[in-house]
Amino acid sequence: MANDFSGFLPAIPMIRIGDDGKAFIMGSHCRNCGETVPGERMACASCGKRETIEPVRLGTKGTLYNYTIVHRSYPGVKVPFVSAIVDLEGGGSLRGTLAEVEPDPAQLPWNMPVNVVFRDSGQTNPEGKPFVSYLFVPAQGEA
Amino acid sequence: MSEDVYIIGIDMIPFGRYPQRTVAQLGAEAALLALQDCGLTIQDMQALYCGNQMRAFGMVGQQILHEIGETGIPVVNTANACASGGTAFREGYIAVKGGIYDLVLAMGTEQLGKGLLGAASGGRTDGFVEEGTIGSMTTPAMFSQVGMEHQRKYGTKFEQFAKIAVKNHHHSTFNPKAMSRRETPLEEVMAAEMISYPNTKLMCSINVDGAAAAIIASERKVRQLGLMGRAIRVRASEMTSNPYTPRQDAIVDFNLVTRNCANAAYERAGVGPQDLHLVELHDCFATAEMVHYENLGLCGEGEAGRLIDTGFTAIGGKIPVNLSGGLLSKGHPLGATGIANIYEISLHLRGEAGARQVENARIGLTHVVGGMTGMGSSCVVHILEKA
Repeated sequence: MANDFSGFLPAIPMIRIGDDGKAFIMGSHCRNCGETVPGERMACASCGKRETIEPVRLGTKGTLYNYTIVHRSYPGVKVPFVSAIVDLEGGGSLRGTLAEVEPDPAQLPWNMPVNVVFRDSGQTNPEGKPFVSYLFVPAQGEA
Repeated sequence: MSEDVYIIGIDMIPFGRYPQRTVAQLGAEAALLALQDCGLTIQDMQALYCGNQMRAFGMVGQQILHEIGETGIPVVNTANACASGGTAFREGYIAVKGGIYDLVLAMGTEQLGKGLLGAASGGRTDGFVEEGTIGSMTTPAMFSQVGMEHQRKYGTKFEQFAKIAVKNHHHSTFNPKAMSRRETPLEEVMAAEMISYPNTKLMCSINVDGAAAAIIASERKVRQLGLMGRAIRVRASEMTSNPYTPRQDAIVDFNLVTRNCANAAYERAGVGPQDLHLVELHDCFATAEMVHYENLGLCGEGEAGRLIDTGFTAIGGKIPVNLSGGLLSKGHPLGATGIANIYEISLHLRGEAGARQVENARIGLTHVVGGMTGMGSSCVVHILEKA
């Protein structure tokens, strides 16, 4: 199963793997001010209220808000790649790599629809356990 | 109402690369220069505030006193990313303003290697490399996105960002203490190695070693010492951290944190951007200078591109910005930057800036802002006036 990540390690804490093996991004929603953010919080970052914050699964569809094309990175990191900021449907914004698109401003229109997809990152921990991470990919024809 | 606070001595070492020296030796050199500038000694100082980022665990302030005199005074070491030096200065200011001390030394010192700051591992030990897989966390990538947001809103062009680097590199040719001091024509800036679109290598600040120091004094002490003639009055010393913004987890905020800080400083000083004669702002990347024109209120929303096109912020313009050459060309030793900016403004207010002197400069503003996505940001703004 391509989408079964049972036994994988989440690449970053906000990535979670459900009992069904599906990966998702955990966020927080505040019932007081209505803000939704990635990750879990002890209180709302926006209004500071503690009682109204609740965990929520973030959406997997979004639009390209911002990006840069990274041509120089740390040793061992393959360039160029697109580092993007995506606004998710249902709230929350994520930083991530936008794949399956030419790293060229002409191919990167503002607000282009993208999907958040979970993949085997190809990286493992010292014990050989694989990490699951996410990528953004253009949502062609699905907008 | 408490009395005003003044700078009576200030200096910096030429920014460059000093691989044979320690970060404390560089700081010690700057401290002695600043003391010499006002004819005082380390025995006159009642406290030391020392900004440094990369060796924040090293008690760098105490190491400096080891070089120039272990007088036993309180030492506060500050680490606040690129605002570390500004933070140190402000802590010193607060102590004098609050009447605790009459004379303190506030400074910053830093030693940096060449190349990108940070590492692919990002400090993780479990083997996962986020860089490249979950976007980029390099500082050029972060500040390139800051510029791309401006492009998204206002159609700002690559060429306009590049013009900022041309300007600041030009300014540095008048500053003997700057690292680069070399003209970079627009074509050269645009054709330089692309680091992170739209910032080319010449649009990124230079990692250098450097140190700068200032002697802060109470009004009573300035009068007693007879040093009002060359003194600089601190009209405002303000600081902010990143307020909540909806995209904070994707990119830490550098805009609202600057706006909040600048507005607080203008209010405290009772002046507005129209009253400024020059500005030293945090041009860690060319894209950053562009957005800070608007964040500091030097122009209206969406007008920053026009400011650079018309020469408003160039030497000889209405409000020259980064006459020192800025971080892009003078260099950016993180912890020293916030004091070096104050040094540049002080030179002009004293009429000692040489070939780049702004005629009759009376009020200037300094701005530093630092941070990192996943950590937070910090901004410090000072408004300074000829006493």
